[in-house]
Amino acid sequence: MSVDQLLSSLTIFVLAILVGFEVISKVPATLHTPLMSGANSIHGIVLVGAMLIAAIADNPLSIVLSVIAVAFATMNVVGGYLVTDRMLEMFKKRPAPPKGGTKAEA
Amino acid sequence: MSLDTLIRLVYVVAAACFVLGLHLMNSPATARRGNQLSAVGMAGAVLGTLLLIAAGDVSATGTLIWPIIVVGIVIGGGAGAYSARTVKMTAMPQLVSIFNAMGGGAAALVAIDEFVRAAGVGPHTLGTTEVVATVLDVVIGSVTFTGSLLAAGKLQGIVTGTPVKLPFGQAFNVVLAVVALATALYLVVVGQVLAVLALLLLAALVFGVTMVLPIGGADMPVVISLLNAFTGTAVAMAGFVIDNPVLIIAGALVGASGGILTKLMADAMNRSILNIVVGGFGTGDSTVATTATTAAGGSVRELTIDDAAIQLAYAQHVIVVPGYGLAVAQAQHVTAELAGLLEERGVDVKYAIHPVAGRMPGHMNVLLAEANVPYPQLVEMDDINPEFQRADVALVLGANDVTNPAARSDPSSPIHGMPILDVDKAASIIVVKRSMRPGYAGIDNQLYSDPKTGMLFGDAKDVLTHLISAVKAL
Repeated sequence: MSVDQLLSSLTIFVLAILVGFEVISKVPATLHTPLMSGANSIHGIVLVGAMLIAAIADNPLSIVLSVIAVAFATMNVVGGYLVTDRMLEMFKKRPAPPKGGTKAEA
Repeated sequence: MSLDTLIRLVYVVAAACFVLGLHLMNSPATARRGNQLSAVGMAGAVLGTLLLIAAGDVSATGTLIWPIIVVGIVIGGGAGAYSARTVKMTAMPQLVSIFNAMGGGAAALVAIDEFVRAAGVGPHTLGTTEVVATVLDVVIGSVTFTGSLLAAGKLQGIVTGTPVKLPFGQAFNVVLAVVALATALYLVVVGQVLAVLALLLLAALVFGVTMVLPIGGADMPVVISLLNAFTGTAVAMAGFVIDNPVLIIAGALVGASGGILTKLMADAMNRSILNIVVGGFGTGDSTVATTATTAAGGSVRELTIDDAAIQLAYAQHVIVVPGYGLAVAQAQHVTAELAGLLEERGVDVKYAIHPVAGRMPGHMNVLLAEANVPYPQLVEMDDINPEFQRADVALVLGANDVTNPAARSDPSSPIHGMPILDVDKAASIIVVKRSMRPGYAGIDNQLYSDPKTGMLFGDAKDVLTHLISAVKAL
């Protein structure tokens, strides 16, 4: 990695951290678990990296490592999004009346 | 415009989807849409990468590219989809933790593979940036991998939820840290030797275990959230290793937002993250011997099942206060059965839900909904607190710190200021609890020495089953 590349990557890294700090504000406690699960799915993006190393795997060790990496990452992505959706679906299904008023204002 | 440029733009859009998706998940009304938006971004990034590989726009010199990708996706996708669809709501935190372990493992593997490839060429093939990123990725990713698996095991009950104090625990951790630091320095300064990386990997894997082992089951949700933030950081490091911006953005995003979320969760339990990781206490599965006195100096009155059954059956208003102990004992169905029985006798039953009751915030609502408790009976803290004065009996099922009046009255108490349920205002109180062991905060609960309080010791499910037959016999 050249110095230029490193600097632009570092810039992206630092700005993304700051965005990460800002994007989560006051979250009601009921949403903590789904939010954790949702963030968990996002780091499944490592699947992109796993596929890129699969594309250059030309020896037995690399092949084994990249199969496992792709499988792990896919499980993270697919399972993560599905389970988060299942959780959030349940939040929606509940009748809102007793809680709706106070919660919306809080 | 070349395909490579196009896909890089797709990555930018994906990153925007992740940010907006996370933001939408702040509110219950938009949360589901947020998650779906984030999933769309993910699908775009993955499909774009597949297109790049297919078109040969990235170096695609591998021998088995498509078999690897297809096999990996089928196995991983199948396992992920199956477990996500079939998991019981009570087992949700474990599953999230397992998915997190997979992400951390994958991130570490990406860096290991790059390293192995380079070390095959010579000991100085990788630049300093890549080596530093590799070292960080391998350490953080491996700690997350074993740590998350162990956390899942603890929640599932495969591994004891009790904090395990390792003999020479701290000394052992220091040795691991020294090994990790020495190997990391060797890799960066001297040269890229495979055996040294293997040693670093081993130290990190073991550290994941020794880090989580001393932490109690009750604190696992916070630990899982913390490990989730770790994985994000590991993925960002993997992005540095293979020079891919979307990994850097998404990883850093999760690392930071996961960190904030961990702090929010710890705050809701009135604990600090450091206290949880270093403290190594806080459990619901303990069987520490029953002591009949508390530090408050008061003595504790133990009830018989029949006394309790009579109190409940002849009450007019009963408020059930479910807590962590109920979740551990999986007693939500018997609780609902007892409540139904009391209602048949004309007793008015309500449930008081503290925001952090259960194994994770918001968990109690889900558990009771699963046991078919009608939603209007679940009353949130601020709405139920004025009603305790009218209640004849408050039935506390495995809840502890959230009922401790010291939070209101004793400024020197570590939990002072934490919002609690005003259980002590009820005419009489029945507490079902495994033992006199203190809760997360490790402090005595003045409620138990209150003269109005009667204790029923035992597993919540067993006690409730006995209560049900006693009420039926009346």
